[in-house]
Amino acid sequence: MISLTPTDLALAALLVALDAGVSVALKLQLHRQLLWAAARMVVQLIAVGFLLRFVFALNNPWATLAIVVVMGAIASREISARPVHKFRGLAGLAISGATVALATVVTAGLALTTAIRPHPWFDPRYAVSLVGIILGSVLNSGSLTLDGVVGGVWREKPAIEAQLGLGVPFRAATRPLQREAIRRGLLPIINQMSAAGLITLPGIMTGQIIAGMDPVEAVKYQILLMFLLAGASGVAALVIAELTLRRLSDGRQRLRLDRLT
Amino acid sequence: MAEGLVVSDLRSALAGPFTLKVPAGSILAISGASGAGKSLFLRMVSDLDPNTGEVSLNGVARSSQTADAWRRSLPYVAAESGWWAPKVVDHFPPDSLDRARDLSRRLGVEDTPFNGPADRLSTGERQRLALVRALILDSPGLLLDEPTAPLDPVSTAKVEAVLLERVAAGTMLVLVSHDPAQAGRLGARRMRMVDRKLEDEP
Repeated sequence: MISLTPTDLALAALLVALDAGVSVALKLQLHRQLLWAAARMVVQLIAVGFLLRFVFALNNPWATLAIVVVMGAIASREISARPVHKFRGLAGLAISGATVALATVVTAGLALTTAIRPHPWFDPRYAVSLVGIILGSVLNSGSLTLDGVVGGVWREKPAIEAQLGLGVPFRAATRPLQREAIRRGLLPIINQMSAAGLITLPGIMTGQIIAGMDPVEAVKYQILLMFLLAGASGVAALVIAELTLRRLSDGRQRLRLDRLT
Repeated sequence: MAEGLVVSDLRSALAGPFTLKVPAGSILAISGASGAGKSLFLRMVSDLDPNTGEVSLNGVARSSQTADAWRRSLPYVAAESGWWAPKVVDHFPPDSLDRARDLSRRLGVEDTPFNGPADRLSTGERQRLALVRALILDSPGLLLDEPTAPLDPVSTAKVEAVLLERVAAGTMLVLVSHDPAQAGRLGARRMRMVDRKLEDEP
């Protein structure tokens, strides 16, 4: 494996400086944001690198669990913060938290107990990496689906209430937008799978090949991961649509937009 | 035929309390300034907004039924109609489509708009077709929010004729109307909504 030196990274950083130069020359007013984002990225990743090295060395199930929970909590917060109209109180966080927990536990659990099966099973090298990748997909499909349901209900209030007023049950009146929201949530993973290998070389696979793994071995890992991500996206979209619609109604089949900001 | 709608101590944080009776086969016409709470009252009876109190229709208590069953027995048609499918015909159950078309013709909506897209309807057509959606349920009660507000006198007369026919057959009707003459034409009991409370019209 070719180890990178600070000089290598500094050379690559020149490209960011080049972007900033373009921004100044073309008056894009992006250079400040660009440099700030680049600096953040470097600091965040270095911190995570040392944190992971520390956790890997501990090789303790509680440390692994703690880091996984923190990652999940951050993802939950991101998901619930996405829609323009958010749930009042802690309902939004509860919904996204339950979604993240279920989707992650089901898929990561499946992979760690069947396909990957590291020793010990909580080996942070596998558990933390796997959860990180899965959370990315859950975040994507969860937030798109949530935004689809909440935005759809908000937009279609007159149409939904017209049906409720005629005695159509709430879930029947909201079924089309539920379908549409779940569809939206699954599009990214479908795109990702159909583009894999042709339009994009997936990051995990590229990383493993650069790190010296045989391409076919790397591909097998990538295929497994794609299936896991598809599963995680599906669970996340279904669960968050279901929980969100439940919270948007009550025992008397009302549309409770008053529960949103 | 006497039972009809019985509202007792219906209230929410926004409006009420309301206590009143509208016998079966009769009409209550509610007038009042915009924002006085007329629509709020209809939505509370329909159970679309959180509220407390008891409502019954022909002796059947609202609390003894699921909300959707209650609303099928007492449909509520808002002043602004909502449309949930691209085509007008998709807003009617397939087995009542012929009846819906006949009723629409009686209300002066021709077959061309009826068979066309929902977003091509005029305001008046929307209002009448939204009413038809409720009429085909053959419910013992109706809650109508300004059913004829955007209509010309000819269409209004057609709507009133159909409503009177239903009421003569025993339907209980509560409607919001800004037209004092309409209550007279319908032979309705008149009440006025003032500051989120109902009072008898002097």
